[in-house]
This record gives sequence, C-alpha cells and structure tokens, in this order.
Amino acid sequence: MTQIIFYIFGSILLLSATLVVVIKNPIHAALFLVLSFFSSAAIWLLLNAEFLAIALVLVYVGAVMVLFLFVVMMLDINISTLREGFARYFPLGIIIALFMMVAMSLVVGSDYFLSDIYTQANISSTQSNTKLLGLTIYQDYLYHFEIAGVILLVAIIAAISLSMNKTKITKSTHPDEQVLAKKNDRLRIVKMNSEEKES
Amino acid sequence: MLETIYHIISQYILLPLTIAIFPLDYQTEVMLFLQTMIKILAIIIPVLITVAYFTYAERKVIGFIQGRIGPNRVGLFGFRLWGLGQPIADAVKLIAKEIIIPINANRSLFIIAPILSLAPALAAWAVIPFDDTKVLADINAGLLYVLALTSLAVYGVIIAGWASNSKYAFLGAMRSAAQIVAYEIAMGFALVGVLIAAGSLNLGEIVNAQSGSAIHWFWLPLLPLFVIYFISGVAETNRAPFDVAEGESEIVAGFHVEYSGMAFSVFFMAEYANMILIAVLSALLFFGGWLSPFQGIIFLEEFFSWVPGMFWLLAKTSIFMFLFLWFRATFPRYRYDQIMRLGWKVFIPITIVWIVIVSILVIINLPPWFN
Repeated sequence: MTQIIFYIFGSILLLSATLVVVIKNPIHAALFLVLSFFSSAAIWLLLNAEFLAIALVLVYVGAVMVLFLFVVMMLDINISTLREGFARYFPLGIIIALFMMVAMSLVVGSDYFLSDIYTQANISSTQSNTKLLGLTIYQDYLYHFEIAGVILLVAIIAAISLSMNKTKITKSTHPDEQVLAKKNDRLRIVKMNSEEKES
Repeated sequence: MLETIYHIISQYILLPLTIAIFPLDYQTEVMLFLQTMIKILAIIIPVLITVAYFTYAERKVIGFIQGRIGPNRVGLFGFRLWGLGQPIADAVKLIAKEIIIPINANRSLFIIAPILSLAPALAAWAVIPFDDTKVLADINAGLLYVLALTSLAVYGVIIAGWASNSKYAFLGAMRSAAQIVAYEIAMGFALVGVLIAAGSLNLGEIVNAQSGSAIHWFWLPLLPLFVIYFISGVAETNRAPFDVAEGESEIVAGFHVEYSGMAFSVFFMAEYANMILIAVLSALLFFGGWLSPFQGIIFLEEFFSWVPGMFWLLAKTSIFMFLFLWFRATFPRYRYDQIMRLGWKVFIPITIVWIVIVSILVIINLPPWFN
C-alpha cells in the first residue's frame, strides 16, 4: 500500500520537476514547482517525517511560492524570447546537472541510498517527530541554530536597507499624524452673505 | 448515537460487501478504505449543509441587524417556514446556470482555480476532533497541518485572478495574496502561543490541556493571541471588514468577476467552509473544544453531564460563526494601507511579545493553567 502511494507521488514529482524546466509559460512552470514541492512533502510523510513535510508545505508552498508567483505575474514576460536560448544552454545545463549529481552521490553515497535505515521499523512513529526535532535543535545544536538565526537576521536587515530608498519621494502615510489631525487644522468655515442673482 | 449508526453501516453493509467482492488478501485494506470513506462523508456532508444554511443565516442575521426581514419566500413542501428553502433554491439556480469561460482566459487554470480553493478548506477537517474519540486522523502535528492547509487556500484566489485575463480579477488576486501572506504570519505566531501553552501540536491534546473549568480554557492567558487569531482569521477568509479582494465599489467583484454558475458557487462555498473552519479552530484552541462550560461548578456539572461533548463544540463554533456575520453588518471596509499596517506593524509585534510572556508563564508553572 505504502509502495503504491510512493510510486504515485514519486512519478508526479518527477513529471512536475521536468515540466518546471521544459514548459514555456513561466506561470505554469511556477505552478508545477508548487506541485513538485507538494508531492515531495507527501513522500516525506511516508518516511514519518511529518514535521519536515508540513514545514515544506507551510513555508515553501504557502509563503515562498506565493510571493514568487506574485512577482512572475507582475512581470510582463514575452514567452517567445524566453524560448530562444533553450537549445544554446541545453548542453551547459546537462553538464551542470551531471556535476551536481556526482557531487550529491559523493556526499550522500551508497551508505544511505540502498540501505534500509529509512524503513518504517527504524523510525519511531509513536513519539512526536516535532518534539524530537525540537529537542535535537535546541539541546544538541543550539549554537549552530542561533548563529544561523543571527545570519538570517542580518540578511533581512540588509535586504530591507537595500530596498529602502530615502531620496525617492514615497506616498507612505503617517497614521499618527492622521489620527491627531483636528478639524480646525484643515477646515475653514467662511461665513458670507448670499449673492444677488445677476441680471 | 453516531457511533451506533457508524457501527451498523460498517458491520452490516460494508463488511459483507467486502467479503463478497474482494479476495481474502485485500479484505482488511479494502475495509479500512471503505470505513475511512464513510467517516469522510460523515464530516463533509454536514459541513456542506452547514455552508448552505450559513449563507441563509447570514442573510437573515444581517437582515435583522439592518431592520429587514431577509429571505422569507422560498419554503418547503408548500409551507413557507421562514424561507428555509432558500439555500436549496439558490443551489438549484447556480447548478442550472451556464459557466462562461472568457475567450482569452487560461482554460485549464481557470477551471482548476475554484477546486484549489475549496479542496484545502475541506481537507483541513481531517484533523478536527469533534469529541474525545471522534476524529478522522489523530496525527501528532495536527495544528501544523491545519496551518499548512489554510495557507494553501491563497492559490485558488491567485490562479483565478491571473487565469481570468481581466484587470479587475488580477487586482483582486494581488490584494488578496498580499493580505493573506501578511496575516498568516500573525496567525502562525498566535498558534505558536497555543502550542507553548498546551505543550502539544495534537488538537485533541490541546483541548485536554484546557480541562478543569471555563477559567482553565486558554482564552484567558492567551487573550491577545485569541483576539489576533480571530481577526487574522477574518482577514484570511477575505471577509468584511477585510474584503478588499472583492471590493465591489472599486474592482467589481475582485478575483471572481469572470466566474459564473457553479464555478462561482465553489468559490463561495470555499469562503464559507473556511469561515466555519476558523470558528471551529477558535473554539478548539481557545475555548476548550468539546469541554462543557459548566465543568468544575458543583451542581451544574452533574446537571449537564448528559449533554454530549459535540454539542458544546458546535455551540461554541456557532457563536464564532455568528461573530463573522456581526462583523460584516457592523464594520465598514478597511483602507488597504491600514490593513497592511495592522497586519505587519501591530499584530506581529504583539504576538511575539505575548509568546515570550506565555513562555515565562509556562516556566513558572502559573496556576491554574500551567501547573
């Protein structure tokens, strides 16, 4: 049963990941990327990695890809010009893909690929996976985690300061001033006599 | 009573059917599949009926608030019955109407968009516990699952807006996407507070952590988080006063301008199903779910002990569903920049501060909640 589900999601993942690269329309490509994230989350669920699977859906599908789609939709992309470079860059792409495959197999190696350490029996499904992960991060790898957090904070501040352009005139409003504004500051009531009708 | 019905269906209809049709090797799996299907139907059908009558309730409630009568013409079987037949008449009308697909629209995405907005709204119900034992999937990370699925609802809106090939629809989709991303963070932080207070991500355990009395429920120690959660829920479902994504006065009807007939009504159902989901989650996370409000009160607890837990959950949910309607009838629409300000600059800082406070309360084991 688990195997059938794995093969269904595995084939969806491979198909959608291929379509991300091949398909013409950038919006469709982004949506296929969403689909491939989703099916890989389903595969992670089969490995009892429920926290990682749901975090993938929550962070990548729910937030990152929404902003990504947002940007792609706003840009007015000409599809025909996008297609021109495809044949030219294809060999280079193949070389990079091969290089990455070799690098990944060196890192991961056969220790993990053909062994059965990831079978259901070895992973505790009784204990909450989220709790175990939390204990590992906040007890064993606390400093690594905090350093990663500080680096991300620096990155956020850098990105904000790069996008803030002080010299440009913005239309941003100041709610404090808006709230404090009184009727007398802006409104002047002029009393005048009614005018005579001409001729 | 529900258990008895389920038992009868499972034992006397499904079991003989499975044994008669399938070979012995697959019988347990087929049986499990069929039982799960029955449970899914037992959740989905009441949800959809509630959606239908929620629209009727909305028109009636807003009618009474504005000094009108609301729909009262369509009855059942020749009786008028205060217009109770209205949702059925509306459904029949919407099914009979033509679905128009604009010529330059992206056909496949145009059709898939309403499905994508309704599916997560219904799928999230899988982990909602209706009682101590009545839950479809009792998973460890239930709270995260709900959060992940509610964050998927934005795709229906964005894809609908883009695929319609209309400027109004596109503007509506853009507004909606920015708004949902902004409020989802505040909502997530509010849920983090709940998870710290309960010490679990399982919705059933979260409810059980609140048992004791109405004072033991999390609404009191997590009051700011509860208020922020509910307001963010209103914003996430694009309801008034946060309904700029529809904004009739500016962009006609927002992301679903081009939709008609059943395709439109699927969007409509998704919106209402999401509202019911937010209401039931508020009841579960902050108001003790199926726990009786008279728990811990000497005389009343025994007096009401015969009431099933599901009744209390549904009663609490109905109160929150009513709040949605009350908000819509009361508040004028927010200005767009004020929505963004409220989400990013007000709610997120408050939730972060309150998470720290809740953590301190949990560490010092503050009674009566965290001891």
